[in-house]
Amino acid sequence: MVISHQDTLTWLIACAKTLEENREYLIELDAAIGDADHGANMDRGFKAVLQKLSNSNDQDIGAIFKTVGMTLVSTVGGAAGPLYGTFFLQAGIKLAGQPEMTLPDWVAALEAGIDGVQMRGKAQTGDKTMLDALLPAMEALKQKSLDGASLEDALTACTEAARQGMEATIPLVARKGRASYLGERSAGHQDPGATSSFLILKAASDCWK
Amino acid sequence: MKKLINKTEDVVKEELEGIALAHPDLVKVHFEPHYVYRANSPVKGKVALVSGGGSGHEPMHGGFVGYGMLHAACPGAVFTSPTPDQMLEAAKTVDGGKGVLFIVKNYSGDVMNFEMAADLAKMEDIEVESVIIDDDVAVQDSLYTAGRRGVGSTVLAEKLCGAAAEQGQSLSQVADICRKVNANGRSMGMALTSCTVPHVGKPTFDLPEDEMEIGIGIHGEPGRTRMKLKSADEIVEMLMTAVIQDLPYKKSDRVLLFVNSMGGTPLIELYIAYRKAHQIAENHGLVVARNLVGPYITSLEMAGMSVTLLKLDDELVSLWDAPVHTPALRWGT
Repeated sequence: MVISHQDTLTWLIACAKTLEENREYLIELDAAIGDADHGANMDRGFKAVLQKLSNSNDQDIGAIFKTVGMTLVSTVGGAAGPLYGTFFLQAGIKLAGQPEMTLPDWVAALEAGIDGVQMRGKAQTGDKTMLDALLPAMEALKQKSLDGASLEDALTACTEAARQGMEATIPLVARKGRASYLGERSAGHQDPGATSSFLILKAASDCWK
Repeated sequence: MKKLINKTEDVVKEELEGIALAHPDLVKVHFEPHYVYRANSPVKGKVALVSGGGSGHEPMHGGFVGYGMLHAACPGAVFTSPTPDQMLEAAKTVDGGKGVLFIVKNYSGDVMNFEMAADLAKMEDIEVESVIIDDDVAVQDSLYTAGRRGVGSTVLAEKLCGAAAEQGQSLSQVADICRKVNANGRSMGMALTSCTVPHVGKPTFDLPEDEMEIGIGIHGEPGRTRMKLKSADEIVEMLMTAVIQDLPYKKSDRVLLFVNSMGGTPLIELYIAYRKAHQIAENHGLVVARNLVGPYITSLEMAGMSVTLLKLDDELVSLWDAPVHTPALRWGT
């Protein structure tokens, strides 16, 4: 079972849709511990991505991801722009020239993207950031891939780990980003970045299973 | 939401159109990507100063573009960092051949976007230095946070560095002045009301009628503590004490005292606050050598204020007194 460049586009369209549907939800989460812009920024960024992709017929997943990354960097702003932008740029480098990807390819791309996010944001697990959803999700996907599981199984495990990671941010005290200014008052709220990361990974699972 | 706007998505664009029409002698505005730049760009043979940040803090930063201050300002969406493409294009437009200084407020988004922009500018052979401003004493423990936020000292740094650039100082000299301002400046703010981001449509946080938020940043993000409303004198005392003790400012230090409105607090109240802040400074033995009072780094329509102290030396006094000619700050000829 492989993921084609067409499947990749389907996923990106689904990302735009879920971020549009969850715009207000992400704004609410961000208003509690940040500055209430995450939902609007992600929605704007992925709408721009769709616009960009509708004008291109790239069949190379690496090139598609590069377009996504550059578009997010120039349209999202905030911290999410450079972080998600770097994620797609680094994942795209891993997939350069590939019209399709296997499960191990997707693991490698996700890993490269997440490394990029860590390098750019200098956050670690438990800092109450998007990494709290991304890292366990990638680990779960990687383990399933090593165990020779089916794509469907692997994606289910990935989404479940992302969900748990996202929910586990609720009691955490933020150490990065604007929420960190609140100190102890940031505890008790789910991190909006971890939430958008979960939504994006869940969209992949919904599209590719 | 009750605001003097047309469509929420047009707020920043229409504001910039207004700035361009109001100040054609001083600035021009480039759209897509958005940046405000000096009408006579590039200024050959001088270091160029580029700053930027989310919109909603007006007049910062666009109102500080002009002779003696910034060369370009990159406005993001409301309360959202601008993007690297804006900063890169702005830097290319205003680079006069002596390099570009990025003045960056310490927020995760601003820092990351300016970092990416500096990388891109270097790839285009533009010499870039970045200085991060982090003067907000409300953020106490920087080991486990994103560090102190950049607030009031940013305005002072832009003025003082702008004057140094006009004198023909080198990129590293202007950057050193920026670091000196950051090292000697401290701020703290408070809010009486929340504010409403246009595309959100409701207040960023709830603040009951009889309460206030101490240690607020400039993005409507909640501060560190909330308490019952107090008198102006008591509020100013809390802010000034925290600021003075932080550096600390010592007896007979010469200082610049900057009392800033968050946007919704009128000058009548701001001067009440300035009066008390000035008295407290003098009671601590500080010499208030220069001051600035008004709405310069705001948070939309938030009611509230901040105080900034900057320890001065002869160099900074002379740079402060140097002429400046921007939409928001003007003196000298």
